[in-house]
Amino acid sequence: MAEIILEAKGVSKHFGGLKAVENVDMEIYRGDIFGIIGPNGAGKTTFFNICSGIYEPTYGEILFKGEPIRNLNPEQIARKGMARTFQNIQLFKNMTVFENVRIGFHIRTKTRMFDAIFKNKTYQSDEEFVNEESMKIIDKVGLSAYKNTMAGNLAYGIQRRVEIARALALNPDILLLDEPAAGMNPIETNNLKEFIIKLNAEGYTIAVIEHDMKFIMSLTNRLLVLNFGEKISEGTPEIVKNDQNVIEAYFGKGKIAGGENS
Amino acid sequence: MISNTFENVKKIYKKHAKIINIVLIILLLIIPRLMPNSYLMGIVCRILMYATLAGSLNIINGYSGQFNIGHAGFFLIGAYTEAILATTYGWSFWPAMIIAGIVTSIVGFLVSLPTLRLRGIYLAIVTLGFSEIIRIIALNWTDVTGGPMGIKGIPSPELFGFRISGPVDYYYIFLIVGILFLFITNRILKSRVGRSWISIREDELAAKSLGVEANRAKSANFMYGAFWAGIVGATYAPYYKFIASDMFTLDEGFNILAMVIIGGQGTLIGPFVGASIATLISEVFRFASQYRMVIYAILIIVMMWWRPQGLVGAYDSILAGDDKSLKKRKKSITQKVGDN
Repeated sequence: MAEIILEAKGVSKHFGGLKAVENVDMEIYRGDIFGIIGPNGAGKTTFFNICSGIYEPTYGEILFKGEPIRNLNPEQIARKGMARTFQNIQLFKNMTVFENVRIGFHIRTKTRMFDAIFKNKTYQSDEEFVNEESMKIIDKVGLSAYKNTMAGNLAYGIQRRVEIARALALNPDILLLDEPAAGMNPIETNNLKEFIIKLNAEGYTIAVIEHDMKFIMSLTNRLLVLNFGEKISEGTPEIVKNDQNVIEAYFGKGKIAGGENS
Repeated sequence: MISNTFENVKKIYKKHAKIINIVLIILLLIIPRLMPNSYLMGIVCRILMYATLAGSLNIINGYSGQFNIGHAGFFLIGAYTEAILATTYGWSFWPAMIIAGIVTSIVGFLVSLPTLRLRGIYLAIVTLGFSEIIRIIALNWTDVTGGPMGIKGIPSPELFGFRISGPVDYYYIFLIVGILFLFITNRILKSRVGRSWISIREDELAAKSLGVEANRAKSANFMYGAFWAGIVGATYAPYYKFIASDMFTLDEGFNILAMVIIGGQGTLIGPFVGASIATLISEVFRFASQYRMVIYAILIIVMMWWRPQGLVGAYDSILAGDDKSLKKRKKSITQKVGDN
């Protein structure tokens, strides 16, 4: 079995009386495309926010590459090699695509004020590295045409890709994508799927939250299903698809109107 | 209309940047020789001084998006530090100025500590309180600051045996401080450090998720802005030869803030434009005595209404998209609309 890269052990998050996430276990292996699904309000994004350090779990522990990270803040976790995108796109809207990606290189460069004032070697090599690598990533994600466009002016689907490009700049061990296909048309969704598979082939471990069942079933190799904050199923898409709990969560109990061949 | 004018000016500037810079610097250097009138030079000095001061506030407000309205407090610390070092301890101006900058920057760090968890209006209130506390300390700590009497007889700076006093000569000190400020700040803003400040202004959560240590960057930003406020304060004290706490009231803080807003937050040149306009207005309407504050206030209201991004405008900032891609986009949009 491959190395476990991200592990959740009995993670709970309570907001007052609301149990947003309750006792969830998860194991993501290196090289996985791991899916997290569930109906609206199931706690998927909250769970991602716990993994990336935005929330501290009420109970439980998160292990990233074997190290506990529950007490670390988002920037420390990003430094350890976890990058993420957001459900409601959080781009630097008044900056160009190029600038957005350049900020993604923050942790991989070390220019300080002193270096910048004197434009010394550190500054020069950092700038060269950032500019070159940014262009490479922009090309890879297919955004060359928008390089100098303000991120806030781009179409929704393209903004999502800018966010992924920015996350890739961190050269992360794991990439968490929060509803990357939301607001995309079928063609864009398909392109995104191919792109994620390509990234995975390059060695990135990817975790995806998604609503689109077709998208996630054909993309991921393992899945976690949440409902009302609790894990109701886990496993390969085949197992999950036929799990009675999942079917009930999505379609409700009882007979399907019109016959049995559903 | 205004944005077009600025775009055109920018284009022309970019084309002949070197020549224009050289001409500009020569012009700036010979201004006192062309205009040896000390009243007019006094105004030019005030403009230069406020331009750098507003620029230092713009570092905090415009680039990392903190809302600091207590900048007069930093200004005061710079001025008092220099004045105390020069009068009580007999320091010469130049080292005293550097120490004033460093002291102010340390205070900037202390102010930034409680503000790391606050933003927007709450942060504004903390900085406002800080500014008043500092002023009241200066007013009451009579042994050190002279209390309500202020500090008198601050010696003029000397350079190679020349005493620099009077607006015509002092102009050069303000000019050099201003140019140094612009030069260094420009370099920092175009580096990783400046980018991290701007990323916090744009979206702090996203910046954190990219590994930008927001708290450290905010503190550094406060320290850097405060440093320059301290330097300007230190050059201000020996220029007027006398300082007292009532020169650094909240009004002064709002005055500096207004310059940044009129000129345009988040642009290097905005505060310079804002400082020029604000200073000129208060001079031109001097005949109206106290009513010029009304004129000033009306100007700010009209500005907010008519051009909230300031005269120079935020989208002219170094990080905005270049004109070409904007035009291309406009074209492609019109084409698409045309096709349908």
